[in-house]
Amino acid sequence: MITWKDKREFWIMGAKLADPEAGRLRTGSILVQRGRIEDIVWQREVETDLPVLEADQYLVAPGFIDIHVHLREPGYEEKETIATGTAAAAAGGFTAVACMANTKPAIDDPSVIEYVNKKAEQCANCRVYVIAAVTKGLEGKVINEYHLLKEAGAVALSDDGKHVTNSQVMRSALEYAGMFGLTVIAHCEDAFLVSGSQINESFTSTRLGLKGAPAAAEEIAVSRDIRLAQLTGSRLHVAHVSTAGAVDLVKRAKKKGLPVTAEATPHHLTMDDSLLMDYNTNLKVNPPLRGVDDMKALVAAVRDGTIDCIATDHAPHNEIDKQVEFDQAPPGMIGLQTAFAQLHTELVLCGALDLVELVRCLTVKPAEVLGLPGGRLRAGDAADLVVIDPREEWTFERAMVRSKSINTPLLGKAFTGRVQGVFLEGKWQSAILGERS
Amino acid sequence: MQFNHKDLLDLDVLNAGEITQILDTADSFKEVSERKIKKVPALRGTTVANMFFEPSTRTRISFELAEKRLSADSVNFSKMTSSVVKGESLRDTAENIQAMKVDIVVMRHSSSGAHQFLSEFLDASIINAGDGQHAHPTQALLDMMTLKQRWGTFEGKRVTIIGDIMHSRVARSNIWGLTTMGVAVTVCGPPTMMPVDVEKLGTGSVTDEYDLHKAVEGADAVNILRIQLERQKAVLFPSTREYFDVFGVTPAVLDEAPKHCIVMHPGPMNRGVEISQDIADGDRAVILEQVTNGVAVRMAVLFLLAGGKIEESDIR
Repeated sequence: MITWKDKREFWIMGAKLADPEAGRLRTGSILVQRGRIEDIVWQREVETDLPVLEADQYLVAPGFIDIHVHLREPGYEEKETIATGTAAAAAGGFTAVACMANTKPAIDDPSVIEYVNKKAEQCANCRVYVIAAVTKGLEGKVINEYHLLKEAGAVALSDDGKHVTNSQVMRSALEYAGMFGLTVIAHCEDAFLVSGSQINESFTSTRLGLKGAPAAAEEIAVSRDIRLAQLTGSRLHVAHVSTAGAVDLVKRAKKKGLPVTAEATPHHLTMDDSLLMDYNTNLKVNPPLRGVDDMKALVAAVRDGTIDCIATDHAPHNEIDKQVEFDQAPPGMIGLQTAFAQLHTELVLCGALDLVELVRCLTVKPAEVLGLPGGRLRAGDAADLVVIDPREEWTFERAMVRSKSINTPLLGKAFTGRVQGVFLEGKWQSAILGERS
Repeated sequence: MQFNHKDLLDLDVLNAGEITQILDTADSFKEVSERKIKKVPALRGTTVANMFFEPSTRTRISFELAEKRLSADSVNFSKMTSSVVKGESLRDTAENIQAMKVDIVVMRHSSSGAHQFLSEFLDASIINAGDGQHAHPTQALLDMMTLKQRWGTFEGKRVTIIGDIMHSRVARSNIWGLTTMGVAVTVCGPPTMMPVDVEKLGTGSVTDEYDLHKAVEGADAVNILRIQLERQKAVLFPSTREYFDVFGVTPAVLDEAPKHCIVMHPGPMNRGVEISQDIADGDRAVILEQVTNGVAVRMAVLFLLAGGKIEESDIR
């Protein structure tokens, strides 16, 4: 465990540095000065009188960026707040998150963006970028004031939680958003096909007697949105891709040179629907966990770049909400704190995904998708860094959870690879409970 | 032989030996219902709570009679007259009942998996009287008891289940129980009401056939499910008159089946929709036998879960 008192100038010495732009791991040392990366030297040791954080057992990367997070504030503070959600983020190695608009009130007015920004200024534990709603109230009927929302600070647009069912509205949204360079992030599902569904439509849904949503429901919506992106020339980002068919559609769109990007969640990359046999509501998510073949296709898609980045879709729901009959439970699981550990343990350690590729998907790639700063190891950039012990074996226990909600299937799970903490603008935040310098 | 399970949630965890044990125990109890004084002391002092969150007449009465004939103390809880109306959660309802030291909970609930959820909070034994579309083990057991009485043996037999398989917990539990006992199952119904990968259910042979005349060929029994075409289902099937024409079991349909084929129905019947009047009242129908066997099977399940072993004194 790292004990560190903040200093104005210091060296992080001799760590394995993950450079997402160069795409490689290399031993080096970073000089941090007044919250910025002053210099990066590719050496184990540097002669210096300045304070030193000995980091030779650690992996250091740019702080992770999660472009799909539900902070639940305003309106659902009993599930999560900006303070607790960003605390979970920091504990998971994230120095920046982009929060979704389905709050109460929805982020569909400059005043709500101002509220979130102010709150984040006061109490956030990492950077918070705001995503505004595509349509007013997320009702899918009329497009929002993208100019005013962008002026207030919105970095992207999304009705996530819902699909914009009216194709004319989605077309208008893309066309108008394109004028301001705003990406529309689409939650793709055919609302009619998924109506009443609880999980993926497969043998599991047959076995459990639950209504399932077929993979086709996602693919139909992805297909439509890609076609509209083509028609309008505006940027589309497909949220939480979950099926092999959807991967295929994104691949073909990219081949055609269309302005389409895509993300996948840690849970869709590591879990399939056979895990739902005991009706665990913490595995109930939307889009649902799919079959093993879909999971494998997603992992391959991350490897070949069809999936640009990984985003957790951190979706807190408290115990009162989740400790009910399966069909009554709202979908969603938290994931900020465990994302890296889960992906490192399940995919990197068994060779399915390269460590540097994983880091790229959590840093430079999400930054590129939304045009955000950070995600790179560059002199001059803010000193937003994550420090990881890739060999530490640990178990995720309830007492460690920083989120206000505990709706995760990973309690009690053993991981290899642990985020020790983050530097946010050169200031240290430990990920290990009890430690705050 | 002790029955090795704390709960009866579904038949998928029972092996052939355990199913046979339940059916044999049910045989012993069947005779109790024929007596003048329909009571045995087997479960005296045992408290059973019947929690029915979904409307039910026959299943609830069947369980109540089973409990009373075993001399158990039973209490009834039904959704409409309970605190659930005031918004009390399932978990709280159950924990409150448990605090009153109930030994066995018999529950019917509209959510699939509700019993699984409940078993995490209850020490009491749980008997599933139907959860959503998932399972209805005692119905399948009484169906099998009825078949065994008529057939003598399960080996080499075939049952055709007809109806809305997708939404049927009766179908699912029957598939599990029957295939475990070596019976081949054919499921027949509209494609819109046939769940994905249905042929993978169970531990034996399940065949999906939507042509009713083909589906009953070689069937030693047909189990006809009640069809409900309320508004939501209109998306899945157009009308009851069309249903009767395509999937209704009539004498003409049964002509395609072997002469000895018996007709079952879990009830309540929609005469003229899934089953014709003639068949419902005809001599191939064993529907009322099913109801009688229902009480015996439920007595057996209650007895075995309460840890019982059949002694002379239990059935004197």
